[in-house]
Amino acid sequence: MSPAMIERLIGAFFDTVAMVGFSALIALAAGIPLAVFLVVSAPGGFVEAPRLNRAVASVINGFRATPFIVLLVALLPFTRLLTGTTIGVWAAIVPLSISATPFFARIAEVSLREVDKGLIEAAEAMGCRRRHIVRHVLLPEALPGIVGGFTITVVTMIGASAMAGAVGAGGLGDMAIRYGYQRFDTTVMIAVIVVLIALVSLVQATGDAIVRRLRNR
Amino acid sequence: MAAVSMPVAERRGAAEAVARRVSAPWTAASAAPTVSLDESQVDTGAERGDAVGTVAFEGVGKVYRSAAGEVTALEGIDLAIPAGRIFGIIGRSGAGKSSLLRTINRLEQPTAGRVLVDGQDIALLDTEGLVALRRRIGMIFQHFNLLSAKSVRDNVGLPLLVAGVPRPRIRERVDEVLDLVGLSDKHRTFPSRLSGGQKQRVGIARALVHHPEILLCDEATSALDPETTISILSLLRDINRKLGLTIVLITHEMSVIREICDDVLVLESGRIAETGPVWKVFGDPRHEATRALLSPLTRDLPEDIADRLRASPFPGSETILELRYTGVDGDPDLGQLSTALGSRVRLISAAIDRIDGHAQGRLVLGVHLPPNKAKQASCASGGHLKVLGHVAGDD
Ligand SMILES: Nc1ncnc2c1ncn2[C@@H]1O[C@H](COP(=O)(O)OP(=O)(O)OP(=O)(O)O)[C@@H](O)[C@H]1O
Ligand SMILES: [Mg+2]
Repeated sequence: MSPAMIERLIGAFFDTVAMVGFSALIALAAGIPLAVFLVVSAPGGFVEAPRLNRAVASVINGFRATPFIVLLVALLPFTRLLTGTTIGVWAAIVPLSISATPFFARIAEVSLREVDKGLIEAAEAMGCRRRHIVRHVLLPEALPGIVGGFTITVVTMIGASAMAGAVGAGGLGDMAIRYGYQRFDTTVMIAVIVVLIALVSLVQATGDAIVRRLRNR
Repeated sequence: MAAVSMPVAERRGAAEAVARRVSAPWTAASAAPTVSLDESQVDTGAERGDAVGTVAFEGVGKVYRSAAGEVTALEGIDLAIPAGRIFGIIGRSGAGKSSLLRTINRLEQPTAGRVLVDGQDIALLDTEGLVALRRRIGMIFQHFNLLSAKSVRDNVGLPLLVAGVPRPRIRERVDEVLDLVGLSDKHRTFPSRLSGGQKQRVGIARALVHHPEILLCDEATSALDPETTISILSLLRDINRKLGLTIVLITHEMSVIREICDDVLVLESGRIAETGPVWKVFGDPRHEATRALLSPLTRDLPEDIADRLRASPFPGSETILELRYTGVDGDPDLGQLSTALGSRVRLISAAIDRIDGHAQGRLVLGVHLPPNKAKQASCASGGHLKVLGHVAGDD
């Protein structure tokens, strides 16, 4: 591999990290409130709102059922509206975060739902208001599951970012397709895959370590 | 039922009088929902007056409605729990104990009747009022319900934190209650590293942190071994004495009731089977449900006697007598007993217990005496006598 290619690989790596990183932060910020809403508004939750709950759930299902590549294209006008372009890292963040948010929200929802009802009851009995229950009971108790779910989400997004590369977003996936698939440059392709594997492993190991620490206290 | 309905009504009248007396101070308390940690509040009902911490149920009913149909969990509960007492609720599984207890802090809303805490109908409280009420009522649970993500200190301090108490004061108060429950060295520990008994102590500390006037315990010792159960029960009794708070506790174990309760309520299929002071109810159970619950504690006739027992006397037979003490008869007077029964009295089995200074239980005696003579003897000895039968004498 030429030094130019190595430089390109490093650039692609940082593009991917930026794309996935920003999208993941957005998914985190939007996904948790969504998940909390889904749990507390469900029948039996403490702010029951079955209709709104069902409506939000259907929208989430809609986004999750749509294949990412289709979503990517369908969102192009929206992306242009938001970022002024449809090419590059910033443009990729829009579809990536929109697809990751419902995915992450569903995983976080499962963890929140599994919080022992007895704990919520104890909190009510001690005079907690709803927001206290969310803040001091639901979120902290579900945190290990939420962190685990976030790890899965980030890893999935690294995969999806390769597809975003197909519409010119750049990043490792883009590079693998352009050099490995279109030009049969096996060396570059293998190098990209090795970097991707390292990145995914790093994310997974970090997530696992945090979960282990949280569970082990 | 008829036998208990009158005393219940009497006590209810008394409680209403009490409730009227305390209604004014309560309103004052609700007007200032933030907890105050004044030194004056730190201890005891003595300073609050002894009427704070009463609960009264008036025709309380609870029907659960679900897709599977309706379940009547409670029906027509009229009951007054006096302040400063330890009140036990016992009954078979599904009798409605938890449902009843949970109406006191409105974790459960009754579908009929009223629940009054210190004379205040709690169904009328708005969110603010309910939060204030719950801060006056501590609760502990069978499975402790501690937050695994928080340390012992943060678990205990949470009720104060959400009430907006400043951190230094929370610290002070947490130290105080952890001292009280004997866990001063566990501040930083997380619940998963505690034993069951220690977890329940944390639960108790958390329940006490707001200086409640009532403590609700739903099978607080059911998940603990016998030794730990005893230590938790004695802690509860200490708390009751030191802080003067009313304790309402549910249990499956008669021994728990006997150990620490002043009064007991026996629930059966959502209704009151009987209620009253523990020594009275246990000494002379009137309802079948109470007897069934007590049966593990009452021993049957010893087998060797039971096997040989005949209904009618025969030459040389020994008469087997049972003497029951229900708690109102005074202590068994062995001297008088043997004088009345003659020289040969064989004590076959004896189970006499003392609850609140009232002797109760059963003596089984073997005597060589015509049954009619034995009758006179029973009058002298204080207990209720029954001839169980006759066995061949040993000689
Ligand atoms: N949330 C609920 N929905 C429907 N039915 C309920 C609910 N909670 C309790 N029940 C029913 O109400 C009845 C009384 O239940 P409760 O939990 O008060 O009994 P319990 O005396 O506490 O029993 P246990 O000793 O087993 O704890 C039972 O028949 C139970 O099935
Ligand atoms: Mg129960």
